Amino acid sequence: MTDTASQIFINIGERTNVTGSAKFRNLIKAGDYDAAVDVARQQVENGAQIIDVNMDEGMLDGVEAMTTFLNLIAAEPDIARVPIMIDSSKWEVIEAGLKCVQGKAVVNSISLKEGEEQFLEQARKVQSYGAATVVMAFDEVGQADTAERKFEISERAYKLLTEKVGFAPEDIIFDPNIFAVATGIEEHNNYAVDFIEACKRIRANLPHCHISGGLSNVSFSFRGNEIVRRAMHSVFLYHAIPAGLDMAIVNAGQLDIYDDIDPELREAVEDVILNRRDDATERLLDLAEQYRGQKGEVKKKDMSWREQPVEKRLEHALVHGITEFVVEDTEEARQRAERPLHVIEGPLMDGMNVVGDLFGAGKMFLPQVVKSARVMKAAVAHLTPFIEEEQKELGLDKVSNGKVVLATVKGDVHDIGKNIVGVVLGCNGYDIIDLGVMVPAEKILEAAIEEKADMIGLSGLITPSLDEMVFVAAEMERQGIHLPLLIGGATTSPAHTAVKIDPAFPSAPVIHVSDASRAVGVVSAMMNEDDRATLWGTTKARYDRIRESRAGGPPTPRLPIGEAREKAFNTKEASAPAPTFTGVKTFEDFDLNELKDYIDWTPYFMSWDLAGRYPQILEDEKVGEAASDLWRDTQTMLQRLLGEAWFKPKAVIGFWGAERKGDDIKLGTGDTLHTIRQQMVKTNEKPNFALSDFIAESGDHIGAFCVTAGAEADAISKEFKDKGDDYSAIMVQALADRFAEAMAEYMHMKVRKELWGYAGDEALDNDALIKEKYRGIRPAPGYPAQPDHTEKETIFKLLEAEDRIGVSLTSSFAMSPAPSVSGLYFAHPDSAYFAVGRIERDQVEDYARRKGWDTRTAERWLAPILNYDPFAVSTDEAA
Amino acid sequence: MTRQDRISDLEAKAKDEILILDGAMGTMLQKYKFTEEQFRGERFKDWDSPVQGNNDLLNLTQPDAVRDVHTQFIEAGADLIETNTFSATVIGQGDYHMQGIAAEIAEAGAKVAREAADAAGRPVGVLGAIGPTNKTLSLSPDVNNPGYREVTFDDVREAYLEQARAMAPYIDFFLIETIFDTLNAKAAIKAVMDFRAETGEDIPVIISGTITDASGRTLSGQTAEAFWHSIRHAKPWAVGLNCALGAKMMRPHIAAISKAADTRVIAYPNAGLPNEFGEYDELPEQTAAQLEEWAKSGLVNVLGGCCGTTPPHIAAIAKAVKGKVPRKIPEPPRAMRLSGLEPFQLAS
Repeated sequence: MTDTASQIFINIGERTNVTGSAKFRNLIKAGDYDAAVDVARQQVENGAQIIDVNMDEGMLDGVEAMTTFLNLIAAEPDIARVPIMIDSSKWEVIEAGLKCVQGKAVVNSISLKEGEEQFLEQARKVQSYGAATVVMAFDEVGQADTAERKFEISERAYKLLTEKVGFAPEDIIFDPNIFAVATGIEEHNNYAVDFIEACKRIRANLPHCHISGGLSNVSFSFRGNEIVRRAMHSVFLYHAIPAGLDMAIVNAGQLDIYDDIDPELREAVEDVILNRRDDATERLLDLAEQYRGQKGEVKKKDMSWREQPVEKRLEHALVHGITEFVVEDTEEARQRAERPLHVIEGPLMDGMNVVGDLFGAGKMFLPQVVKSARVMKAAVAHLTPFIEEEQKELGLDKVSNGKVVLATVKGDVHDIGKNIVGVVLGCNGYDIIDLGVMVPAEKILEAAIEEKADMIGLSGLITPSLDEMVFVAAEMERQGIHLPLLIGGATTSPAHTAVKIDPAFPSAPVIHVSDASRAVGVVSAMMNEDDRATLWGTTKARYDRIRESRAGGPPTPRLPIGEAREKAFNTKEASAPAPTFTGVKTFEDFDLNELKDYIDWTPYFMSWDLAGRYPQILEDEKVGEAASDLWRDTQTMLQRLLGEAWFKPKAVIGFWGAERKGDDIKLGTGDTLHTIRQQMVKTNEKPNFALSDFIAESGDHIGAFCVTAGAEADAISKEFKDKGDDYSAIMVQALADRFAEAMAEYMHMKVRKELWGYAGDEALDNDALIKEKYRGIRPAPGYPAQPDHTEKETIFKLLEAEDRIGVSLTSSFAMSPAPSVSGLYFAHPDSAYFAVGRIERDQVEDYARRKGWDTRTAERWLAPILNYDPFAVSTDEAA
Repeated sequence: MTRQDRISDLEAKAKDEILILDGAMGTMLQKYKFTEEQFRGERFKDWDSPVQGNNDLLNLTQPDAVRDVHTQFIEAGADLIETNTFSATVIGQGDYHMQGIAAEIAEAGAKVAREAADAAGRPVGVLGAIGPTNKTLSLSPDVNNPGYREVTFDDVREAYLEQARAMAPYIDFFLIETIFDTLNAKAAIKAVMDFRAETGEDIPVIISGTITDASGRTLSGQTAEAFWHSIRHAKPWAVGLNCALGAKMMRPHIAAISKAADTRVIAYPNAGLPNEFGEYDELPEQTAAQLEEWAKSGLVNVLGGCCGTTPPHIAAIAKAVKGKVPRKIPEPPRAMRLSGLEPFQLAS
């Protein structure tokens, strides 16, 4: 309960209140209802999720003013979409309001001020009109000021409402009275603390209720000093929300970010709010003098940020929701960027990440985030024509790589992430059908069918969107719309996707995309059948693990191995023509300079715990500086390494005649390679794969490889280490790893084009290589397609790896020297990476027989993928 | 058998089966092609304005025809029948200058339905139909004056209260139906609650809204879920949708209610959309096949038909869903659920 409370906070718009807004009061008194309606509209636009309407003014006929105003805003869909809070101290005005709203409204307020009888009568009426209600902490004695009284009155009201009236507790909102602090009267000093304390007690003892308050009261004694008031509001919310305050009447357009408050002021305000020192009021009063009259002066003080570099200026504009300079700043960034898209991927995304972090930490509030989104949209809008022009120049606009339907689901209006994904995908040549926000399931599915989309992407930020996504997925299943479904947005997670969405839609891939940068990879994988199978396979396996660890219940059922084998992928024909040789060949004398171009640098940064894709990581706001420093040092090291030829990479490649025999592969040499079959229950037509499936029953071939950057790397690394230079030592090791991987990539390419030669015309750049866009696979034992590490033993023996290139296996089948890579080569056009997933006891026993092991040994090596608890058996045996 | 006995029997049945509601009264009565004279009968032969088309008046002037339609639907398998009282309020009868006898019409309609139900030989529930009236509380009829309203909340509430009192002795449920403006429905709910307060008689209420077109909203602009939030305080025995749309277009909206509502779900769509002559062409099997899928998908607890559905439609629906398991009533987590035109939720 408190978790949700601390995460969800509702802004109630306060400007349509004649007691709080002089402007609104004057408009209503002058009968200018058109302008008054605009005030309501601005509030909703500024992020108010409920609007408070109050017509309590001596000169007004409250019933008439309330009725007129509510009837008018009922005719404005962009205002009427949010619930209304009907605010009056006069019951007849409240009742008049209740007769005007078709939605479920909130009454503000009822109380025990006039005794129980009237309280109960009003509560019953509220109930019969179908509204929720605010209950003031006010009784026959008066307004509650101490935490004790605030709680006691709330508790008494709660009992009366739930026990005598049958009022739903979730429709009760307590207002424990936010009073002014720092008034100079000592008794007032603890008012904020009392409020916060009362919140805690109410939430802990009165289940399901909510707490609201009128925020501006707290700073009443600083009228005229906007800066201090705003600081007090932010600090108050910062402490009251975790205590249980989950709604407040605020000016949605004006809240400061806690972290941005001048630290000296913040400290002084905090002293006052939390009543931390006796002289807190005096100190704040002294300090407040500096800010007095600075109503419009925020800007003057703020202008210093204009002197910062453009990236910082964009961030500042995003965090503070300032649109004033965003177009010129975006333009400046665009002129400095290589491509307009980089401005989005770089500084703008970085800025939004800062917003996201502050929001997550409770230091920014929803209306501010909405303002940030507006800035982001302005920036993206400026860039869009340039991006489109670039696409035209590059001829990208004609080719569509695929069509993606994007939508923010029903009930949710957050579309920043979705828009970024749309832009990023659009720049990569995908057609984007963006359905906007609040899109019901049937609209999404209709569009997908009409547009012949290749996949659907759903986005959402608020928690209820998660359920809606499950609903959309279930509808896709029911209606047979078996397109890949991509899930994204701040509250989505791999866990929710695995546990809730994926099971609702078993017929097509459901992929959680954690951020916009991943979207292109996922979408491109989904457009290619092999990649899709691989990604779906590995994702499914990941989901399986998540589900199992979450469920803690019985493991998901597996097919008996016999049935799984019936669902094998049966190839009729040999993978490819025979290779140029059979047997084993060694390759040496590699040009390090040439290999360098095959390096995938992203994992290099990962090995230094720097998350981010190369080369963007160099500009990364958070790690960019560290990444750039590392990159400079690495380049220096690399130059030395190449010049002095530190590494002596070697490779050994073998090809042999091969035949599939069940789940094993028999080689011409008489050796056997064992493989393991998927036993997951697949509701689609996909086969249950084992690697042996990619070998024909006769006349086929298989290859194997082992490459190494050489033992030299270890020696050089050790030299550095001995000199106390760990930095360089690690760098050498990390570089050696990269060279080994580059070797593997390079040799695979040579195998495809020359040594086996089934893809002589292949022309792929390094990026495409990294994305594995080629035919054939090179799976390694110990990885998802064959999780048994011990198979390396056979491969090493066949390759004579130790004799030929000096690579040996440790007792746990790790390779030594470490910067080495080994694996098998499959050339079959349909060969693809997959994850075996969890397997059942029947296959383990069979596998043990084939390997010549006892079951215990097999269970030891296959422990991570067992679908059962092997120790449960020993208890049986013992008994 | 008392009302409470019948309700208990129907509730027990609803645990295992999808209950069947009857079909359209209005389009069935149109088939009799009653003339102005037949509408008037002896009693109203000198009435000062035309009354042809005032179907509710037939409760007084042609009660045998009304009873016969009820009987046909009961024989087709209906567990629940609706009184012929859609417009039997002072507001609805205003067009015919018959506001003075609105209560009498309502009472006669309830009585004739009770007679037909009691002749069934099995428990059949009578739903006292409370229509939307032809006035709307949330919308102005004058585009130049959006703040104007033709009637007040209390006008509408009082009209409904009079109708409720008139029908109460004969009926088992109130049915607030064909709601195109939720504020009218809230006035009806208030009337039912006022009736409860004044008599102590607790007649359960069933509520059915109307999504008017492909926009997926009521005429007054609410989504199905926002509508549910607005009327949930009535603690309805069942909630759902009827009229305006055929089954195909109604499905996503009934699914939305089905997901959200912690009570039974009722649905009675039209027999498709009317053709260019205003007639409904959808065959009984076509309607039934679509509703059968709803039943299989666990969307509903009560199924029936609205405009254009005939006894053969109801018989086909009853046959198609026989033996199907009714929707399980969900228990959504506690949360404060408010609404404007759109739903709002704050977790507890």
